[in-house]
Amino acid sequence: MQDSIAVTDRGHTKPALRPNLARRRLAGRALIGLASLAGLLILLIQVLHTTGTISAGFANWRPILYVYLVWSVALGIGQVMIHGERGQRALFVLPAVLFTVAVVIFPTLFGFYIASLDWNLSSLEGPHFNGLDNLIALFNDSYYWNALGNMVFYTLAVLAEYAIAFGLALLLNADIRARKFFRVVFLLPLMLSPVAVSWMIGKSLMEYRFGPAATLARALGWDNPAFFAHPWIARVSIDAMDAWVSIPFIMIILLAGLQAMPKEVLEAAKVDGANGWQSFWHVTFPIMLPVSVTVLIIRIIFKLKLADIVINVTAGGPGGATDTVSSFIYRVYRDRSNVGYGTGLAIFYLLLIIVFLTVLLRVTSRWMQKVA
Amino acid sequence: MSTLTSASAPVRKRRGNLRAKHVAGRVLIYGALLVWAFICLFPIYWTVSTSFKSAVDVTQGHLIPWLDFQPDWKGWRSIGLSPDTILRTSNPRDEFVSRFENSVITSVGASLLALVLGSLAAYGLSRFRYKFGWMRNDDILFFFMSQLILPPVVLALPFLVLYKALVLLDTRFGLILLYTLTVLPIVIWIMRDQFNSIPIELDEAAFVDGLSVWGAFLRIILPLAVPGIAAAFILSLVLCWNEYFFAALLTSTDAKTLPVMVASQTGSQGINWWSMAALSTAAIAPLVLVGIFLERYIVSGLTTGAGK
Repeated sequence: MQDSIAVTDRGHTKPALRPNLARRRLAGRALIGLASLAGLLILLIQVLHTTGTISAGFANWRPILYVYLVWSVALGIGQVMIHGERGQRALFVLPAVLFTVAVVIFPTLFGFYIASLDWNLSSLEGPHFNGLDNLIALFNDSYYWNALGNMVFYTLAVLAEYAIAFGLALLLNADIRARKFFRVVFLLPLMLSPVAVSWMIGKSLMEYRFGPAATLARALGWDNPAFFAHPWIARVSIDAMDAWVSIPFIMIILLAGLQAMPKEVLEAAKVDGANGWQSFWHVTFPIMLPVSVTVLIIRIIFKLKLADIVINVTAGGPGGATDTVSSFIYRVYRDRSNVGYGTGLAIFYLLLIIVFLTVLLRVTSRWMQKVA
Repeated sequence: MSTLTSASAPVRKRRGNLRAKHVAGRVLIYGALLVWAFICLFPIYWTVSTSFKSAVDVTQGHLIPWLDFQPDWKGWRSIGLSPDTILRTSNPRDEFVSRFENSVITSVGASLLALVLGSLAAYGLSRFRYKFGWMRNDDILFFFMSQLILPPVVLALPFLVLYKALVLLDTRFGLILLYTLTVLPIVIWIMRDQFNSIPIELDEAAFVDGLSVWGAFLRIILPLAVPGIAAAFILSLVLCWNEYFFAALLTSTDAKTLPVMVASQTGSQGINWWSMAALSTAAIAPLVLVGIFLERYIVSGLTTGAGK
C-alpha cells in the first residue's frame, strides 16, 4: 500500500463525484494490470524463443527495454488514476526509483547469479553452474588478498590527504588577498581526468630518465629514482597522484565548514591567552569535527573505488604491489576472461565494503553532522 | 597595524616585535600558498610545454620555452591541431573530434537525464512525506545515496552481459544510462538541499492561486532553483567526462570517449612524448576552462549542506 501526505492538503471530493472516482480507480488498476500482463507475456515469449522452444520472437532482448518503459508509464498513469492527488505526488519520486531499480538492483542481483557460474567469455561453451567453487577459489587467491591489503594502506592514506587539505583550508581561510585566485588554482587538479593525470604525472613527470620529478630527485641525492620499481615507493607514488587530484575536494568542503564557524569562539580563545596551535587544537578542530568526519567518510567511499590511475600507470605492478581490488578485477576480466569468478570477487568486495562502512558509520555517528 | 605613540621604550619594542611576527606570519602563509599553487600548476604546465617540444628538448628535460628550447608545433601537428594542419584533413584529428563528440554527448546527456530524474525525486522528498510500505523519506533518500557505495566493478560484468543482450554495447545511449546512474545520487543530494532552502509558503501561495502540484513545481519553484540546477549539472558534467572504467569496458569503436582514447595511446608504439602531451592538453583543456570560469558553481555543488 502506498501513501503520501502533502504538506498542504486539498479539499475533500464532493459526494457527486464518488461513482466517477470509483470508475477511475478501476480503470487505473485495469491499466496497470493489463500492462503487467502484456509485459510478462512478451518476456515469456522472448525467454521461450531464446531457449529454442518456439520460433516466434525478437532477435534480441531490446524490446524488453521498451516493454519496461511502457510498463513504467502505465504504472505512473495508473497511480494517478487510482490515488488522484496523492498519485501525482508519488509521480515525482517514481521515475528515479524505477530507473534505479532497473539499472542498479536488477544488475546487482544478476551479478549474484553470475558469480555462481563458471563462465569464460572467450570459450565456446557457455556458462555452467559452479556453486561455491568460485568462493573457495576466492579464499585461495593470494593476489586478491594482497589487493585487499593494499586497500587498507590506501584508506589510511586518506588521513594524510585530510591533514594537508585541512592545512590548505586554514590557509585559504586566513586573511589574504587573491583568495579567489588561489581557490581556482587549488581546484584545478580535481577537474582533471585520472587517465590524463596518469600520463601527465605518472608516465611523464615521474619518468625515470627525463621526468622533472626524477631530475629533482637526482638533484636531492637519490641516485636511482625509479618511482614504480619498489613496492612501497610505488604505492606511495600512486597514492600521491590520487591525493593530488582529491585534496581539492576535501579542502573545499573543509573551507566551507571553516567559513561557517562563528568567529567569536576564536576571539574568546585569544582573549583567554591561547596561541595559534592551542586555539586550533582545542577550538577549531573540535568544532570542525562533524564536517571532518563527514568528508572523511565520503572520501573513503570514493577511495575504495580507486582503479583508473592504477590501471593506467602500473597495471597493478610491480608484482601486484599497487593493485586495488577494482584494478585487479579489471585485469581478471581482461586477461582471464573468467567473468563468473571476477563478478564473485567484486560482490565479495561489495559485501566487505558494506560491512566496513556500516561499522564506520556506527562508530562515528556521534560526531557526524546530521545528514537530514 | 600598530602605531607608534609616545609610549615608553619597552612598549615600543614589544610592538615592534609583534609587527615583525605579523610580517613573518604573512610571509609563511603566502609562501605555503605559493608552494601548493606551484604543486597544482606544475604538472599542467609541464604537459602543455612538452606538447611544444621536439625530441631533443624532451630528453634534456628543458623547462622554459624560448629560454631553454625553441617551441615547435610538432606535437600538435601529429594530432592535426597545429595552425598549418588545422584546415587540412587529418585522421588523428578526426578521431579526436569524434571521441570528443562522444564525450560531450554522453556527459551532457547523462547530466540532463540525471537532472530531470533527480530534481523530480528531490522535490518529492523535500515537500512530501512518503510511505512506500515501510520506507519513509529518509529511507528513500538512503536508498538513493547508497548507490554511491557501489564500486563500478560489481556492475561491470552484469552490464556487459545485459548490454550485449539489449544490443546497447558500444552505444552512447548505453553509456548515458550508466553515467546517469553514477551521478543521480549527487544530483538528488544537491537538489534536495536547494529545494529545502525554498520556503514552503511559495508552494502554498501557488496552490491558492489554483495551480496544481505539477504547475507549482514547474512554474514557480523550478525557476527559483536555478543555482542548484547549475551546480548539479556542472558537477555531473565533470564526473561523467572523466569517467574511464565503464567507458573502457563497454565501448570499442563507436562510442569511445576521450579518456579511453587517451589511455589507449600509451600502449601501441613507444611513448611519443610530444603528441601524447598535445593530446593530453587537448583532453584536459575543456574541463580546465570549466574549472576556471565556473568554479563558483562547482564549489557550491560540492559544499551542499556543509554550512554556507
